[in-house]
Amino acid sequence: MKKLLLATAATLAIAGGASAQGMDKVKACFVYVGPIGDGGWTFQHDQGRLAVIEEFGDRVDASTYQESVPEGADAERVLTQMALSGCNIIFTTSFGYMDQTNNVAAKFPNVKFEHATGYKRDHANVSTYDARFYEGRAVMGTIAGHMTESNKIGYIGSFPIPEVIQGINSSFIAARKVNPDVTMSVVWAYTWFDPAKEADAAKALIEQGVDVILQHTDSTAPLAEAAKTEGVIGFGQASDMTEFKPSPRVSSIIDNWAPYYIERIGALLDGTYEQKATWAGIAEGEVEIGEITDAVPAEVKAAAEAVRDAIVGGQHPFTGPLNKQDGSAWLAEGETPEDGDLAGMNFYVEGITGSIPQ
Amino acid sequence: MDLGGINPAVLIASLMVASVPIMLAALGELVVEKAGVLNLGVEGMMIIGAVMGFAVAVNTGSPLAGFLGGAAGGAILSLIFALLTQYLLANQVATGLALTLFGLGLSSLIGQGYVGIRPPLTGAVPLGPLADIPVVGRILFRHDWMVYGSLVMVAATWAVLKFTRIGLILRAVGENHEAAHALGYKVRRIRVLAICFGGAMAGLGGAYISLIRVPQWTDGITSGAGWIALAIVVFASWKPWRVLLGAYLFGGITVLQLNLQAAGARIPVEYLSMSPYLITILVLVIMSSGRGRIAAAAPASLGKNFHASR
Amino acid sequence: MLRLEKRASPSRAWGMATPVLAVVLTMIAGGIMFAILGKNPVEAIRTIFWDPLFNPQFASYSRPQLLVKAGPLILIAVGLSLGFRAGIWNIGAEGQYIIGAITGAAVGLAFYPMGGWFIFPLMVIAGAFGGFLWAMIPAVLRTVFRTNEILVSLLLVYVAQSLLSSMALGALRNPQGGGFPGSRNLSQYPAAANPELIAGTGMHWGVVASFIAVTFAYILLQRHMLGFSIRLAGQAPRAARFAGVSPTRLVILCLGISGALAGLAGLFEVTGPAGQISIDFASGYGFTAIIVAFLGRLNPVGILLAGLLMALTYIGGELAQFMLGLPAAAIQAFQGMLLFFLLAVDLLSNYRIRIGRAQ
Repeated sequence: MKKLLLATAATLAIAGGASAQGMDKVKACFVYVGPIGDGGWTFQHDQGRLAVIEEFGDRVDASTYQESVPEGADAERVLTQMALSGCNIIFTTSFGYMDQTNNVAAKFPNVKFEHATGYKRDHANVSTYDARFYEGRAVMGTIAGHMTESNKIGYIGSFPIPEVIQGINSSFIAARKVNPDVTMSVVWAYTWFDPAKEADAAKALIEQGVDVILQHTDSTAPLAEAAKTEGVIGFGQASDMTEFKPSPRVSSIIDNWAPYYIERIGALLDGTYEQKATWAGIAEGEVEIGEITDAVPAEVKAAAEAVRDAIVGGQHPFTGPLNKQDGSAWLAEGETPEDGDLAGMNFYVEGITGSIPQ
Repeated sequence: MDLGGINPAVLIASLMVASVPIMLAALGELVVEKAGVLNLGVEGMMIIGAVMGFAVAVNTGSPLAGFLGGAAGGAILSLIFALLTQYLLANQVATGLALTLFGLGLSSLIGQGYVGIRPPLTGAVPLGPLADIPVVGRILFRHDWMVYGSLVMVAATWAVLKFTRIGLILRAVGENHEAAHALGYKVRRIRVLAICFGGAMAGLGGAYISLIRVPQWTDGITSGAGWIALAIVVFASWKPWRVLLGAYLFGGITVLQLNLQAAGARIPVEYLSMSPYLITILVLVIMSSGRGRIAAAAPASLGKNFHASR
Repeated sequence: MLRLEKRASPSRAWGMATPVLAVVLTMIAGGIMFAILGKNPVEAIRTIFWDPLFNPQFASYSRPQLLVKAGPLILIAVGLSLGFRAGIWNIGAEGQYIIGAITGAAVGLAFYPMGGWFIFPLMVIAGAFGGFLWAMIPAVLRTVFRTNEILVSLLLVYVAQSLLSSMALGALRNPQGGGFPGSRNLSQYPAAANPELIAGTGMHWGVVASFIAVTFAYILLQRHMLGFSIRLAGQAPRAARFAGVSPTRLVILCLGISGALAGLAGLFEVTGPAGQISIDFASGYGFTAIIVAFLGRLNPVGILLAGLLMALTYIGGELAQFMLGLPAAAIQAFQGMLLFFLLAVDLLSNYRIRIGRAQ
């Protein structure tokens, strides 16, 4: 009997390859780039933290978090202090913490580090996770293509980085599919969060005749601006932004980090934790499509849900034939891009006017 | 009447709205500086005004009460500055910066329960047929009452400073506090009142952001508007009408660059977003060169503390 | 009735006692705020002021971090204090800090991946020069056109921030960074890195430079003719003019020195603790340094202490946030309070409080 147990343990250790045994209690810590009160990005990460507490109760101490940690030297210090304070797993929830996360991970090999939206995993105890927001954008784009009467869609971008460009392309492709006359105007706000500027950007778009606004900035200001003009609609970004239901907010893309956080902490508890790189989308529940309100006709809602379900079923939002903006071929018929290429996307697809600022 | 796809009437109408907060805050700061006090805490007072205005408006359901609450919030915060600089003779630059730090923190504490709530709406002033006049109606007669209120404040500030006894005393205190004191004016009391007025105006500007312009409460909602207001005061060389001009120029360029992008103009965005600052510097240089007008227009006692030794 | 009477010269005794008094007052007021927020005030205060220095769990790490955090603040504040003494208001150190980091990093990245001892010194020169040039804009505009330097230097901060994001997204973007914004990590490029000089002390070249700057400024103000001119220009501008102090020269010098030091601080930060040019590289050191300069009463030694105290509240504040769950905003408000009290009690060293009417 004893031998058998030993043998099982040995197989487990080989199969698991990482932390061999589970833990009785896990201290999970979170580093946020903004205040929880931002109502968007950081708010959603904190919702994930609360879901962890809900799920595990006494077995997990997830009471430790820090808001508004600047990216750079301060992040490295906060991470080190957290590791010193006895955190077993630390979630660093902004791209700008990438190098700091890896630096600190080198010093604390027994602490697990989870870095959101990054790609560096220099040490065995660093994992990365990200969400396929562009999948959600395809659903929004479908609604936008159907709903626009002026055939002009506006997009408020934050910074010209791959994640944002993916969203612009994905929503445009989806909109064109259902409405060949659609055009898209992109305004770069050069900020993730500046309510007044986002409101101005939305206003500028509306004045240009845009009647559907998509945004990749984090405040609800564009929705509030849309609410001032009859017939203009928009979408919740990062969080559900329910206060603008049923219109102008007709649906939303919700970053739902709860399943991932629960999965990872659960794995640490039961000893199955391994280093990995996760890029999850709608199917895994990491990108959620918020309720599509009655401000949208039933058939549009059905079309949007069909797109969503197709993506869950494996349909890639970027499926060829697709050309780049300059007309050169990007994807052949039926072809889909590699994740690596997607992660570095730096061009518009054919049909979008304007250029990406360099 | 289109300019590169942009309708100028619409552009002017929206820049009038965009510039209200900075105009109000700048007017307040102008009065403060005219009294010889430099309060760099405008950003802090604005954001306290934004959160207080929002909280009061949500709880009472009345935007008007909200604006009063915002003004009161800004004024109360400015009293800390007044106490420190006028009674405890602390350095004004440092105190102002500390006020901004404190205001940002405090506003976020107060605002914790107000994230994700919609405030009561402030409608446009019903001006009936005036609003339907082509072009002019669009530009002038479709705004909320605060837009008109801010214009009235510009005129009022100008008139009070130029024509009334209060204005004269205020300027005397700002130009030469020793002399004003010798003439029997209560330098300290006048300055405290001016600081309070500045706080109230900044609070009003902040409340405009959280109640009308955005309208919502989020941490850090003023995002630097207070600093721009400070810039406009100097840009305006301490003249109320030029505050109007400066606020419109500043608001206008911000709105214009976003409109140009929306209209699909091919412009390097990151350089365009610098343009309001560069143009302000340029205008400043033009205005101050030649006869050195700006330097001459600054209140002579600006930033200096007053202590009646005799 | 209470009455203030100006002391002939600031009281040394009160000069020492007032900061302590201010900290005690802040502890009381802050404690009340923490209690209102439902936290144990004693524990909160202990976490902020005591734990970073003496808690066995953290102190060996956070004590050296005090130097890392205080280094750039002190370096910038020393430069600013010279101008502030002379009545020259450089409010835009944040911009000079950013530009110094950009120019310094650009020089380093131009040599990538070459080795060579000369690269880092070249970057240091480029960083200082970048900050200097950026400060020369308000300096020249003021001396030639009499344009207000407070406004120009402040406006240039926003321009520098726009430049920073365009650099992080464009010219200096890491070609191997998968399209994400941000430059290569300079702290991982040995020829350009600014590492800890002695392991576990937090000492990097920036900290060394800030100590040198403090010493240098002290000597300058006490012994050198320029220091005398600066003090005279601040206290009695007319007398200074009669004494042959050229205002133009003073403006250029003061803005130039403070710009160069801010640029240096940026360079040391980007090559060391921060590591790279990124959109969020600017973290407000330039503005905080203004407060530090005044807390230190524009005195180099005072600035050194004030910088360390500010750093303590930052690091202790971080501990309080994640150990006790205090909101970041409460820490910000707490720092604001500390500044208010420090500024308020300063009165006692410059004035005597008398009871009764004036004679």
